[in-house]
Amino acid sequence: MISSLSTGRPPRRAVLYPSWFLAPAFAVLAVFFFLPTVFNFVYAFTDWSAFHNDIRPVGLANVEAVLSNGALLSSLRITIVYAFLVAIMQTGFGLGLALLLERDTRINRFARVVFFIPVLMSALAVGYTFQALLKPDGPVNGFLGALAGQDVTIPWLGSTTWTVVTVAFVNSWKWMGLAMVIFLAGLKTIPADVLEAARIDGAGRWRTFRSVRFPLIAPAVTFNVATALLGSFNGFDTILATTGGGPAQQTEVLDIYIFRVYGNGLFAQATTMSLALLLLVTLLAFPVIGYLRKRERVL
Amino acid sequence: MRISRFVHPAVVLVLAAVVIGIPLWLALVTSAKSQGEANLPDLSLPRVWHLWENYSQAFTQGRVVWGLFGSLLVMVPSVAGVLIFGSLASWVLARRAGRAMAVLYAAAISGIILPPAVVTIVLLLRQLHLASTPIGMMLVYMGMYMSLVIFFVTGFVRTIPVEVEEAARMDGARPLGIFIKVVLPLLRPVIATATIFICLYIWNDVFYAFFVLGGGTYSTLPLNLYSVASSNLYQNNWNLVFAYVVLMSLPLVVVFVIAQRRIISGITGGAVK
Repeated sequence: MISSLSTGRPPRRAVLYPSWFLAPAFAVLAVFFFLPTVFNFVYAFTDWSAFHNDIRPVGLANVEAVLSNGALLSSLRITIVYAFLVAIMQTGFGLGLALLLERDTRINRFARVVFFIPVLMSALAVGYTFQALLKPDGPVNGFLGALAGQDVTIPWLGSTTWTVVTVAFVNSWKWMGLAMVIFLAGLKTIPADVLEAARIDGAGRWRTFRSVRFPLIAPAVTFNVATALLGSFNGFDTILATTGGGPAQQTEVLDIYIFRVYGNGLFAQATTMSLALLLLVTLLAFPVIGYLRKRERVL
Repeated sequence: MRISRFVHPAVVLVLAAVVIGIPLWLALVTSAKSQGEANLPDLSLPRVWHLWENYSQAFTQGRVVWGLFGSLLVMVPSVAGVLIFGSLASWVLARRAGRAMAVLYAAAISGIILPPAVVTIVLLLRQLHLASTPIGMMLVYMGMYMSLVIFFVTGFVRTIPVEVEEAARMDGARPLGIFIKVVLPLLRPVIATATIFICLYIWNDVFYAFFVLGGGTYSTLPLNLYSVASSNLYQNNWNLVFAYVVLMSLPLVVVFVIAQRRIISGITGGAVK
């Protein structure tokens, strides 16, 4: 603190960095982020809807409603399954691509650009493209049929069990380019002499990857898994454009449910689900990120 | 080793062609087909080219100009606002120590993890008479992405030595002057990262736009794509859906291909530290 020498007494930080600089950002956060979140805890327990003007407290009636029709537990389960599937596939694909395209050749640079294009596309656009590709009589089944030599009619988007996997795959396809870029940046930070040392010690390719490179890109793994998880807890667009939540509501994650029920005018029930999402993320995301950070330090 | 020199590039090219090329090809060829031919989208070239008809129809039916206007009207001020307010706050949060600042910082970045309360946001906007307005949408986006900006920028400010501010302070510059003339220019890399991510999210957002803008006069490109595709339920119009998909994706893809090196280094610059 050089200026403190010239004035003879330490400058107060509050003068150098005035508190009012915080005001605009925190005003926006308080009114448009925290206030609605607080409202969540209030309006989930009212009868707010499109059908009458007054809003009255109804206790736990909404919670009971979404519990008794099975929507709460089923949406929660599907959201969790979807989020973990996306996190695994997106990180896996991204890592695979990064390792494949690691060397700085001309073709690899070109391919990196190509694999990044889906990241820029709207998830709706991606979803519609895959809806067309994956129709029972669409190009994917047609190609598989040509390979198998007989008609293939896999209901990619029509299976009550497996469609959630297909939709998670589509979402991972859209975002794997971003994961790839993050991993490429992580791989670049590994010092050459570390790899050289591993080579001299006689480590093969797999051993080097397993024991040297993978641990060193742990921060990139954390970043990718965390963003994929958080992003897909709020998953909406890809599912809307591929299945709309079907078949038989088996891909209806929380945000799709909120959207549908809100559209029906049941605002309080939508709020209840929004609260459920908030609690789910709070309960799951913090421990997962904590775990990944700890792993980073151990490795 | 000799063989792998040819195998590797071949594998890369085939993979790129199959994994990315085929879906994009499907969108492109279908956007040039007649409605009947596009009824069941496949990878074949159009027998009859309907390129101009489809794109002009998607342009009018999907209200592309109005959607583009709405998208830009909402995105540009939100991004500018969240970056200016966010950086200003981050500078103070990074430089001042103490318990109060730590608590404020934790609160400010909690929005990275917590999902926005989308339903009650609508209620709030109605009470403020901002429902279905672009200003309401901007404020909601700013509230949603403020956390991300503060998280990125505060971390970055901490790596800038305080000494660079001292010289300006000796010259008698006031805090706001120091922030604008000294700190803000140094924040360029991290502001680039945040800009790329937030633009990407807002440009492609449909969920929050549904709730905030839905039913109003203003619209965005993704909202219009959804309404074009929703009429697909009643009359198959894959040709129009994909013409719209191409129209909507093209601007970002072109920007990216031109500025790819800077965009990629921008993404990784702020994300991995």
